[in-house]
Amino acid sequence: MSDLILPKIDKNTVQKKDFIVSKLRKITSADNVLSHVQELRPYETDALAAYKQTPLTVVLPENTEEVSKILKFCNEENIKVIPRGAGTGLSGGALPLQDAIMLGLGKFNKIIEIDFNNKCVVTQPGVTNLSITHAVQHKGFYYAPDPSSQLACSIGGNVAENSGGVHSLKYGTTTNNILGIEMVMMDGTICRIGGKTLDQEGYDLMGLFCGSEGLLGVITEVTVKILKTPQTVRAALIGFSTIEDGGKCVSDIISNGIVPAGMEIMDKSLIIATDNFAKAGYPRDAEVLMIVELDGTKSDVDNLLKQVADIAKKNNSTSLKLSNTEKERQSFWSGRKAAFPACGEMAPDYYCMDGSIPRGKLAVALKEIKKLSKKYDLKVVNAFHAGDGNLHPIIVFDGGNKDQFQRTEQLGAEILKLCVKLGGVLTGEHGVGIEKRELMCEMFNDKDIQQQLNIKKSLDQKNLLNPGKVYPILRKCAEEGRVHVHRGEEKFPDLPRF
Amino acid sequence: MFRPGNEKNVSEIVRDNYKKNLPLEIIGSNSKKFIGYNLQTAKTLDISNLSGIVEYLPEELYIKVKAGTLLSLIEETLDKKNQQLAFEPIDFGFIQGGKSDKGTIGGYVSCNFAGSRRFKSGSVRDHILGFRGINGKGDIIKSGGVVVKNVTGYDLSKVITGSFGTLVALTEITLKVSPKKNSQSTVAIHTEDIKQVSNFFDKILSSSNEISGSIYIPDEPKNKKFQINKNKIFQFNDLKYQGSFLAFRLEGDKKSIEERKKDLFKELQLNKQKTSILDVYQSVLFWQKVNNLELFNNTKNNLLRIVVPFSNNEKLMKYIKNKYKYYVDWSGSLFWIEVADKDEMKIKEIKKFVLEMNGYLTVIKRSENFSFNESLFTINKNRLLISKKIKESFDPKRIFNPGKMYREI
Repeated sequence: MSDLILPKIDKNTVQKKDFIVSKLRKITSADNVLSHVQELRPYETDALAAYKQTPLTVVLPENTEEVSKILKFCNEENIKVIPRGAGTGLSGGALPLQDAIMLGLGKFNKIIEIDFNNKCVVTQPGVTNLSITHAVQHKGFYYAPDPSSQLACSIGGNVAENSGGVHSLKYGTTTNNILGIEMVMMDGTICRIGGKTLDQEGYDLMGLFCGSEGLLGVITEVTVKILKTPQTVRAALIGFSTIEDGGKCVSDIISNGIVPAGMEIMDKSLIIATDNFAKAGYPRDAEVLMIVELDGTKSDVDNLLKQVADIAKKNNSTSLKLSNTEKERQSFWSGRKAAFPACGEMAPDYYCMDGSIPRGKLAVALKEIKKLSKKYDLKVVNAFHAGDGNLHPIIVFDGGNKDQFQRTEQLGAEILKLCVKLGGVLTGEHGVGIEKRELMCEMFNDKDIQQQLNIKKSLDQKNLLNPGKVYPILRKCAEEGRVHVHRGEEKFPDLPRF
Repeated sequence: MFRPGNEKNVSEIVRDNYKKNLPLEIIGSNSKKFIGYNLQTAKTLDISNLSGIVEYLPEELYIKVKAGTLLSLIEETLDKKNQQLAFEPIDFGFIQGGKSDKGTIGGYVSCNFAGSRRFKSGSVRDHILGFRGINGKGDIIKSGGVVVKNVTGYDLSKVITGSFGTLVALTEITLKVSPKKNSQSTVAIHTEDIKQVSNFFDKILSSSNEISGSIYIPDEPKNKKFQINKNKIFQFNDLKYQGSFLAFRLEGDKKSIEERKKDLFKELQLNKQKTSILDVYQSVLFWQKVNNLELFNNTKNNLLRIVVPFSNNEKLMKYIKNKYKYYVDWSGSLFWIEVADKDEMKIKEIKKFVLEMNGYLTVIKRSENFSFNESLFTINKNRLLISKKIKESFDPKRIFNPGKMYREI
């Protein structure tokens, strides 16, 4: 991995570690402050495991007042703070710093209120995404955003990263599904934004904080909107012999006024890799495989699925299956959801990229990626959330081979630049973190970035909260790494990343 | 008055005013100028010459337009491809001038007021994908993109939506668009039993039958201070009874609408209720009238927009009783209330009640004798503190629309 440039270490802070630890132990229970090397080890990295740093100390506050006191203390003493949820983030947003306190929200793990009357759940930020759905599904409700790590990722982290999932086209991302947050600013001010009403008056601070990657404040409570579970969910599994036919089919579905709940595309290499791994029964001769999922009332879903099938046929589909049972629908997804482990079987290492492109540019993007793949002599397999334009090219390589490793990094950066060139953006759902920090100037000029930095400065004058993330430190487009997984040693190997 | 023809000119004008410390009032077509505090700036920045569709890709579900483009042009353009802005823009022209005047998209985004489909499809802020604009120093800035997962860095598109032109002078806006449904139908339940209305609202919100509009329109109070126009405005062949009613909308294919309607009659136990059913033609017109705020056509009174958590609608309806003319949208969350001229003290009381219920209140239209004893917008101390900092980061010298929303911003 390239040398990562991090904010300059403040030796003064490192030297007064004992003072800091003793002070923190007065704010929260002594057991909640970890300072021994061994205790700190689990916090050295998040799911971007290629980067590791040992935090100065870890503090696990139990309530908002403690968070407020900790931040106020740090602000006064010029100590950096890195907030952390479940640590499942893929862009290094929770990477510690040697001179920073890591503020873990792990003890904020309770659902505070389930309010069916207002169709919302008030929860602490450490609660996992999926457990919100589990808490309300007995009455036929669910929480819509479903990042692939939903079993383990925390809702606070979801807010920080504005997480999406396969259903973002129809249901939006986190920002469209929350009603309120409680947040502590770096100076210790506790602020409640929104609540149980739709929208809020004045500046949309919730919209600003959602997706701010822990740079503007620490989230201590979230109110999420819950939706009624759709009556019916069915899917179509469609194969095409050319990328163009698949891409055209996506555009035609949308042009026909159909908004699928999810629409996924895999290229040939991934079809074969996942089929080998999961025995999903995918058409191995297809160049492109598409899963289209529709939800809603039964008659709507049946009708729309028929329309999707007709559109697929018009676009020369080479295979077409429609799910008739829930088991069948799950089987369509089984290969797709095994994309990461399937890649792990192909080579010792893989990098998962994350970018967005306009849907219609898929064929161009895949062809360009193919060219780049040849240029760098590395295999790339592609998964695409076609519904929302989120592209995940996965580079498989051998990290033991230094030359291959460097080529991988260069290829990754070129792919992201390609996304921006095609009218897309640098991130889909993994955030910028440290991973894509230096690529920000591919998308934004100095003025754009300065405006964002001005906001940061206005809320965190001393730049103490999660410094070194999101914004380029050098303000030049260095080329850095992506999600690097070595010999299957993923930080959360059990999570179905897709 | 400045009337720049391109983004660069806007930037130059703002930069010049920044240097000279001269505030600017930003206007489009003036359709919503009456909302918020009056400004007395030396100069006006009229962005209406920045007009036109930059890019419209129906299959990508977005439209990119210049900020001064008329909303009516955008809607016409989308309609040709059978698409729409799903947040259902409100037409504020009727309450102010008695006729349609939707204004520019820049103005619309700056206000963030969504119509009846809000509770199902989101607000304006949920449909803005990206923007370009000029900050208070005269710098051209941009944020967002054209794709749904578009946010890299802070999501500034959200912050500028609903900021009443106090942060940036918008020059270009990218909006998410949605396919129009083939057909629609509206079911009216004739009732004036508040408890029952509240129960219906809850069942509608809890239904999986995809209802896209849900509204309660009570009869007007018998008070000369209010116009009696409900029966005239909502005069439809198939609306069988006079009096107060709740109405909900189903959109989709005809077959699906019929099936869902049947299902809902069971879910809501409507067989013993007095109901009317409006066909597609009447239904379209019905919701247009709702979102034109035609009930308050040319009103000389104060008009309040109140949002409360769903569960408080019964309490608020009981509080209002027949003291004010009002209706309830968003399946129980949004109230439009008319308070007679010279009854301004009542606004204070209503606001107090709304705040106790964790809601918020905006004075949209002021009557002639409004004395400004009550603030037009709602905010609390900490949010104001943060908002001031945000304002400063965009517009350090308070050049743009100073005091439009809050005196300090």
